[in-house]
Formats: sequence, C-alpha cells, structure tokens
Amino acid sequence: MTRRTRLVVFLVGAGCVTAMFVLAVLGMPEFGGSHHVYRDLAVHAAVKHRTANVVSSVNFDQRAVDTFGEETILITSVVAAAVLLRPAKGETERRIPQTGRNLAGTRLLGYVLVPITAIVGLDLVIHGHVTPGGGFQGGIVLATGLHLLYVTGSYPALDRLRPIAAFDVTDALGAATFGAVGLAGLGFAGSFLTNVMPWGTFGQLFSGGTVPVLNVAVGLEVFGGIVVLLAKFLEQDITVASSGKEGES
Amino acid sequence: MTALIVLALTLVAMAATAVVLADAPERQAVTLSVFGLALVVVFMVLQAPDVALSELGVGTAVVPLMVMLAIRTMRKDRRERQQQTGDDGGDDS
Repeated sequence: MTRRTRLVVFLVGAGCVTAMFVLAVLGMPEFGGSHHVYRDLAVHAAVKHRTANVVSSVNFDQRAVDTFGEETILITSVVAAAVLLRPAKGETERRIPQTGRNLAGTRLLGYVLVPITAIVGLDLVIHGHVTPGGGFQGGIVLATGLHLLYVTGSYPALDRLRPIAAFDVTDALGAATFGAVGLAGLGFAGSFLTNVMPWGTFGQLFSGGTVPVLNVAVGLEVFGGIVVLLAKFLEQDITVASSGKEGES
Repeated sequence: MTALIVLALTLVAMAATAVVLADAPERQAVTLSVFGLALVVVFMVLQAPDVALSELGVGTAVVPLMVMLAIRTMRKDRRERQQQTGDDGGDDS
C-alpha cells in the first residue's frame, strides 16, 4: 500500500468517525441533567432484587452476561501472556540474591500496608453488593497489595507467599464458578445467569441473590489472574537468565 | 460543584498532556499513574465511587507496574542479545 493510498484510507475513515462523533455528541442529553431513563429503570430493578449497590446490580444481575464476557477476556489474556512469557529455549531460572537497597521507611510502610490492603480488598469483594466496590475492584486491590512485598525489596518473600500453581487454580476456579452460577440460572429459571437465589433483606450481607456469589467468583478470578500475570512479568525480569550469562540484576 | 468538576477535568487534561509529552516510556508509566489518580478525582466528584476504585487499582497501580516490568524485560533481553551477538538470535518468539 503506497503512502498516498494509506492517506486516502485514513482520511475516509477519520471523516466518517468525525461525522458520527459530532452527530452522537449533538444527540446526547445535556451534562448533569435530571432526566435519566436508564438510571430510573436500573435503580428500580436493583431495589426489586434487594441489591443496595445499583452498580453491582447492573454488573452482576441485570447485565451479568456482559460481565461474563469481560471476565472471559481477562482469563484469556492472562493465559496468552503466561504462554508468551514462559522461559524460552536457552533460558534458565536462577536464584536471586536478597536485595536490600530500599529505604527503611519504604520497607516499613510496605510491611504495614500489606495486611491493611488485604483486609480492604476482602471487604470490597464481600460487601460489593452493599457498598461501592465489588469483585473486580477487590481482586485488584488484593493482587496489588500482595505486590507491596516487592516494593519492600523482599522478592523471595513474595515468591514464597504466592505459589503460582495455586493462583492458576484460583483464577480458573473463579471463572468456573461464574459459569456454574450462570448454568444454575439456566437450569432453574430457563435463562443464563438469572438471579435464582433468595434475594434476602435490602442492605444486609445476605442480599441481592446471586450478586455476592458472582462478586466472590470475580474476586477470585481477578486476584488469581492479576497475580499470575504480574508473576510472569516479574519472573522474566528477575529470575530468568539466558544460558550461560548470569550478570546484572 | 461545577467549579470542582472543572478543576478536576483541568487536572486530567494537564496530566494527560504530561503523559503525551514525556519522552521515555518509563517516564510515561509514572505520569500515567498520576493521570490515573486525576481520573479517580473526576470519578469521585461525579459520584461514581465504583469506577473510581477500578481506576485506582488498574490505572494507577497495575498498568504502570506492568509497563515498567515490560520495559525492563525488553531492555534486559536486548542487552543480553548484544552480549552474545549472533549464536542464538534466531528463536525470539
């Protein structure tokens, strides 16, 4: 393709996108207005299923199939990254020496924050259907919180604390649970991911039917997936060495 | 309220410009983290705490960390390849 043809293709595409974008913006409701059709419908549906956090209700009840698709994308990309980042031919794993070049304050902060972020992450997952949060956010907090150990400079401790095989299983288990809940909906109510569990009391821990179950499933999956993903990157960076050459860290 | 929104959006625009103008990918990773933080403020001001939490986790922590690790891995790879010029440059997949 010549430069000229590329330019023409780009200009045609950009022109179409610009026209559509301008049309869409002109047709949008005013910023900050009080007329929200979707909000009214969503809030009503969420309250009907006793889910206090409407966002969670939208994600895991009203549009749970969308979320299922997103989680599948996540697990697929984790698998793909893990395959690409495996030690290649001619690369060997090496043990790394303990590095201790971090400031004492950084290390202290890291060690203090690890348990705190763990509790915050668990709370976000478990109360995702009552307060802001949910499986995705909680899983991310849990996964990044664990990597505070890397910030403290103790990679060996992090390595011991996260057996990758176990997190592989966690990731898969979370995705499988999501699918199983979906199939339960198909079996008991006739359509995939229908909220078939008892709805409980509004605002209580046991409310929202399948929403908290799906939150925990997504929490497991995201926690496992992100940990495995970061572990593969860290492994490449720190413990994998090309054959014969063991030099800088 | 409107002033707060304008302030937060200005912050986002400034941080985004900083990301674009940063000349090296590792500098961009750090400024990207700041940009994520500015977006968190916008989401909080617009009363979307769920989105703010996601952005806080993904945008300010996981993505910059992953970018940094990817850059380091590539640099190390390139260095090692320069050291052993030739003999196993074929299998890089």
